[in-house]
Amino acid sequence: MNEVRQNGNGAQPAIVVRDLKRRFGQQQVLNGVNIDLPTGEITTIVGPSGCGKTVFLKHLNLLLRPDSGSIVIDGADVTKLGTRGLDGVREKFGMLFQAGALFDSMSVFDNVAFPLVEKTALSRSEIRDRVLEVLKQVGLEGMERKFPSEMSGGMQKRAALARALVRRPKILMLDEPTTGLDPTRTHSIHALVRETQSKFDLTAIMVSHDVPQVFEFSDRVAYMHLGKIELFGTVKEVMASDNPNFRQFLAGRSTDEEERPLSQVIATPGR
Amino acid sequence: MIERLGASIIDSITRLGNFVLFLATAVFYVLLPPYKPRLLIRQIRTIGADSFFLVGLIGLFTGMVLGLQGYNTLRRFSSEGALGTVVALVLVRELGPVLSAIMITARAGSAMAAEIGAMQATEQVDALTVMAINPVQYLVSPRILAGVISFPLLTSIFDVIGIWGGWLIGVGLMGAPNGPFFNGIAQNMSRHDIATGIEKAFVFGIVVMWVCCYKGYYAARMATGVSRATTEAVVLSSVMILAWDYFMTSILL
Repeated sequence: MNEVRQNGNGAQPAIVVRDLKRRFGQQQVLNGVNIDLPTGEITTIVGPSGCGKTVFLKHLNLLLRPDSGSIVIDGADVTKLGTRGLDGVREKFGMLFQAGALFDSMSVFDNVAFPLVEKTALSRSEIRDRVLEVLKQVGLEGMERKFPSEMSGGMQKRAALARALVRRPKILMLDEPTTGLDPTRTHSIHALVRETQSKFDLTAIMVSHDVPQVFEFSDRVAYMHLGKIELFGTVKEVMASDNPNFRQFLAGRSTDEEERPLSQVIATPGR
Repeated sequence: MIERLGASIIDSITRLGNFVLFLATAVFYVLLPPYKPRLLIRQIRTIGADSFFLVGLIGLFTGMVLGLQGYNTLRRFSSEGALGTVVALVLVRELGPVLSAIMITARAGSAMAAEIGAMQATEQVDALTVMAINPVQYLVSPRILAGVISFPLLTSIFDVIGIWGGWLIGVGLMGAPNGPFFNGIAQNMSRHDIATGIEKAFVFGIVVMWVCCYKGYYAARMATGVSRATTEAVVLSSVMILAWDYFMTSILL
């Protein structure tokens, strides 16, 4: 196996994953994932559908629990934490879901304000200022009274990004942020992610289908195959790799593996 | 073969345990701060206030048909004077809580299962979890508490409107004596009868909200999953209402 594995430039990795395994029924979806996600960089995880990248992300943001292995964030193994401890770690995260996951019963303003209203003691005017500021950052000035159903897909993604950023997280996770968007919007969302990442010095972890466009906006790329990280390194290193699976994936040819309908396997939100 | 049988039994028991644990968690979070009066009031409005007209309408017609049937039956025994007692007891002890619960299931319970199911399908429930907000506490607990508050109130309204409906037809249209109608109710309706009806409504409130929230929460994450969850929520709620009704009646009688 060709492995290109490097730590960040001397900095402490934000998240250290060791030998992470998870099985759904008969399927070993994560088969020993090892990766050090460097602080203050954008790492993009790519791979064929069903390789386990979304499931991996769901482990990183603590929606799913692994069968074995560890995820160390800020020196603490989060797989060993109880509910209260998990909530403490979650405060460091911002998460952008595939379809945005905006609350459709609330306006954009209320959606973005929601984490602040629920989890902080900020006053109304402080919340208002924070929300309007972050909406301006994502280019949704003046849209705060709209409801998600009245907005285009791209705008919904921006609003969801605003909600993910409003608590000023240290780690931002993005699950296929550009699915269902046209190339122009895809580009603008990628650029927005890059811009916010460098502005706030975030650690960003992105799962993406937009190969190779997304490489332009990434610092590092991890290639996942059959529940393992096969390649990990800077964009340059990975692009230069001669890993046959990766080359095949880049060329857009399907691999021999069966496509696994994960949405059905993980239909129930059990932990 | 035996392995498969065993697996399916273990699966059923696990699911049953999950079902019970779901309620226990939700009730636990009802008691645990932070309390969210705004969420509770919104749910009382959806489940309670918005069901008012429907429950009243069904109550009226149920009472009217009881007045009609009761009068015709009692006349054969020349005891039309007992009409008020019959109508009131049947409504308060049995039909009030059961029919109100079924109507609220159809109106609010189905919508609830669909709403939570759709939130699950569009990852809104995951979004809550990631924001460190417990989705059961945020979505389920207020609904269960709202059900416990709304069901007895709606049932009481159903009973009162039903008795007036029975009076309207029995006395107003068919000509049963007016005095004995109300006098009979006052004399024969005991505190125990009323308590039985309210206790039933209270339990149905928990059962309906529990089933409907559970079905929505564990809906498969796709459109057909949501539709199936809604159907199952209504069917299972209705069955559980009637089954519980039998057991509660036999205990409380």
